[in-house]
Order: sequence, then C-alpha cells, then structure tokens
Amino acid sequence: MANKVLAILEQRDGNLKKISLEVSKTASDLAGKLNIEAEAVVIGNEIADLVNVGSYGIKKVTHIKNADLGNYSTSAYTELVSNFIDETGADIILFGNTALGKDLAPHVAVKVNAGIGVDCTNLDVSDGEIIATRPVYAGKALVNIKVNSDKKVFTLRPNVFNAGEPSGETAEVEVKNVDSVNLSIKVTETKKSEGKLDVAEASIIVSGGRGMKGPEHFDIVEELADLLGAAVGASRAAVDAGWRPHSEQVGQTGKTVSPNLYIALGISGAIQHLAGMRSSKYIVAVNKDPDAPIFGVADYGITGDVFEVVPAMIEEIKKIKS
Amino acid sequence: MKIVVCVNHVPDTATKVKVGADGKTIDPAGVTYVVNPYDEYAIEEALKTKEKFGGEVVVVSLGGDSNKESIRKALAMGADSAVLLKNDSYRDSMSVAKALAEEIKNQGAEIVFFGKQSVDYDNSITGQITAEMLGYNCITVVVELSIEGDKVIAEREIEGGKEVVETKLPVVITAQKGLNEPRYASLKGIMAAKRKTIEEKDAVQSESFVEVVEMKKPVPKQAGKILGSDASAVPELVRLLREEAKVI
Repeated sequence: MANKVLAILEQRDGNLKKISLEVSKTASDLAGKLNIEAEAVVIGNEIADLVNVGSYGIKKVTHIKNADLGNYSTSAYTELVSNFIDETGADIILFGNTALGKDLAPHVAVKVNAGIGVDCTNLDVSDGEIIATRPVYAGKALVNIKVNSDKKVFTLRPNVFNAGEPSGETAEVEVKNVDSVNLSIKVTETKKSEGKLDVAEASIIVSGGRGMKGPEHFDIVEELADLLGAAVGASRAAVDAGWRPHSEQVGQTGKTVSPNLYIALGISGAIQHLAGMRSSKYIVAVNKDPDAPIFGVADYGITGDVFEVVPAMIEEIKKIKS
Repeated sequence: MKIVVCVNHVPDTATKVKVGADGKTIDPAGVTYVVNPYDEYAIEEALKTKEKFGGEVVVVSLGGDSNKESIRKALAMGADSAVLLKNDSYRDSMSVAKALAEEIKNQGAEIVFFGKQSVDYDNSITGQITAEMLGYNCITVVVELSIEGDKVIAEREIEGGKEVVETKLPVVITAQKGLNEPRYASLKGIMAAKRKTIEEKDAVQSESFVEVVEMKKPVPKQAGKILGSDASAVPELVRLLREEAKVI
C-alpha cells in the first residue's frame, strides 16, 4: 500500500514554473485514486505565491529555504529532497521532466532506494498499482511500465498533464530554514538566451527546415513566432547546416516536444523529426513537395512555397491581432 | 588521468520501430545498430581530455557481443582499451548503472563521460545514477567543459539558456550535442583498433525495479486537410486555427 504522494515543485528566479502546477495537480489526482494524501515541497530562497498550489489540489507545501538555494545545486537539492522524503514517509515522488528534474530525480532515486520511471505522459492506477506510460525511441513507440520498488519516482513530461482551472483554494505553506547547504556542485552563473522562449516549454512552436534555404531566411520564421508568442524550432538539417543552434533542434537527437500548435515550415518530416513532434496537439505544415511525409501527420497543410505562404500568414495574423 | 567513457550500442535514428513478438521490446530484424549519437560527443571529449592531461581512455560498454562494433569504433577514434560487461537480459537504468559503477570503481577513473541519453529508451538518467552510486560529482547535458587541477567548470543546457556549474574531480559528465565535433576514425586508427584488447566479463547482477508491461505503437495521427497550394489558402488556415483548433 502506498503511503503518501510527494510533488517536487520547481522555481526559477523565485517564481514557480508552470510544470509545478501540472505536477501538483497530477500528484493530488493520483493520491485521490490511491486514497492517500499528497503534499508538495519546493527548494529555493524567496518564492512568490506558493499558497496558489492549493488551487491545484495541494493542501500543504513545504518551502526549504536558504539564501544559497535560489540557484539549483545537484548536491544540495539531492540531500534536501532525499531527507524530506525520509521525514515525510512519502513513497510516490513526482518530478517534472525538466532540465532540473531530469538532473535531480535520478540522484534522489538512488539516495532513497527507489526505482525511477521518467518522461511519463500518463499515470494510471489499476488494481492499486501505478501503470505509467512513456514514449521511447523518441516517440516511435510507447511503453507501459510498473515500478516494483517500495518507493517509486516518476518524472512527468511538461505540457502533457493538464493542471486544469485553478479552484481558488490556498495551500498551507511551511517554511523550513536550513543553516548550511552542500554546494559541492554549484551553479555560479545563469546565462539566459535573451528574450527567447525554449521549444521544450513553449505552447506554440514555429520550426524551419532545409526548405528555408539558408540562415538569412529565418527572419520570417522568427517574425511569425514573435507574433504568435511562439518558440523558434529547427529540423536537424537546419541545425547540422549551422543555420540554427542545437538548442532549437526538434527530433530524436534534439528535443521531443508536445506543444498545442506546431508549425513546420520547409520541413519534409524525416522519421527522426516526426518522432520528436508528432504528439503536438495541432500540426500545420507548409512545404512545396506534396509528397513530403510531414503532411502525413499535419492537421492542416499548404503545399506551397514557404516564401509566399509565410509572409501571407504574418499579414493575416497581424490583421486579426489589430 | 584515468578516463572512462561509457558507450551504448543502439538502433540508428532512421530506424522504423516495430514491436517484437514478446510485445515488450522492438523487433530487431532489419535494424542497424550504431554508437549512441550522444556517446560520440562523450568519446571525443574523453580523447580531448587525455590529449590535454595525458593518461588513458577506457571504453566501458554493457550488452551483448554486438556491442563490440561500437566499442571498436571508439577504439578506432583513439580510446586505449575497452571492457565489455556481458549482459543479454533486460535491465533498467538502475541495474545498468550498478554494473557500470562497479567497473568504474575497478578502473579507478577520475573522470567519466556518458552521452546525455541513449536514443533507445531516452531515459537520460544512467550517468547521474552511476555518479550517485560512486559518490562522484556529476554535471549533465554539458555543452562546454574545462578542467584545471581538480576544479571542473561546465556549461549545461537548461530551458532558455545555460547554467555555469562548478565542482571538483572525480566527476561524471554527460555530453550534449554541441560539446565538440566528434572526429572521424582514421585508417590508421581503424587498423590500430583491431589490435587493442576488449576485456570481457560478466556484468554484476542486480535487481531491476522498472518492469516493461507492454510496448505499443502510438495511435497513428490521421492526415488532415490540405488547404491549398499557395498563399490564397492562408486566410482559411488562420480561421481554422482560431475557430476549429482554438490554438491562436
């Protein structure tokens, strides 16, 4: 029998990330199905509006606090989260599958002797057992897994679990100040890509491929992305050609994404690219070649020249925005 | 400096995945296996580290006899020797890491390189687990690395930017694309690799917590509407995105 579900929340610059609401809601739903309690923990310095996680089913959140904990530290966070798991007796532990969660969760799993299932897109309960579904081979296949250890760690793919509408309830916040933290692994600086949304976090992505014909033509991709509040993505062909940075690459050797809207411009749809974006909720493709595989997964397609169609899209969206 | 690089042997990213007869793994028929793409960056960084500080690069790989193809490739690129931890049955990442950690301890490695993830199960956790089991420091998804004395400074990729991370040896580094440009094996390297030894031993047994119940193909997405072949289709596209999909 499971004992308690613990949601590990994540803050950046003192604000909770969106994934934390998804993890909160999923933890509270899962606890409901198992008829047990859920609570949450977050590590950081000053953190705004923690009471709001009450809106996503969490009754109590513990804030482990120290001036040196504002930035992530693998060593400090591992120790503090692992100790907290021991203190609370939690045995089902949920993280977001983010840069931080992916780094931290396996360390914690070893410390608390838990099995770990990562990048889950669904958590189900069947006969009191948790069955997690997750994509493998970059989404070319799915597996259902069980974790057969007393303590279980799962990480949740961002933007897949629905946090739902806030209920308006508030959570009890307990602040636990810690005196000293283990900074043997320490973040000394964070370099932000100025004003850019990351494909892994965006709800709309506008991606360009080989059909953009050169780095100088990505200005229209960027303009369309800006208008839509979207992140710019790229195919492997565009990245390997040196047109775009690898951080924008979508596909099997880049990022696997599930935005609400994915707009593929001049992308033919190689199998490794489709694997990385096929779980997007809506897909738009613009490509001259009507036989391009991208049209096999697109909800809406235009078999035309990107250099005519994209400027027209920019004009049309400007029109409706004004 | 003793350097270990862990190398995995995985289906090529162009593989069309079919579910195997057991319903839990892929059908290996017709699949081409290659060095895990991210491990190539790990191998390159291991070689560069050796070139800078001297020492030895040992390849460690867990799997069946076919892993020797990927091991030979790493040896041809310039690694000095290799250990194949023989294993033919399913293991989860925790169990893989246990066997790797045991061997890394035997080797007395000061720095260990992994690819940031294998492109089969996409777990991206084996490096971290191995580090935690060894009590080594660990930095993941690294795109830039420098080592001075026992001080390690790395840049790791995060959402919308990078973090500069500082720690000390011994350390496990997981490599991201962009860390370096992996070299091609020279003919001389390929010839030399044939003479290098691959030590074979049984991988230490341990329990796997994660059990695969079922593997399935995702529900195929239905092809949608082609709205036209030029810019005149754009107003309809934008209307559908607003009114039908409600995503803009």
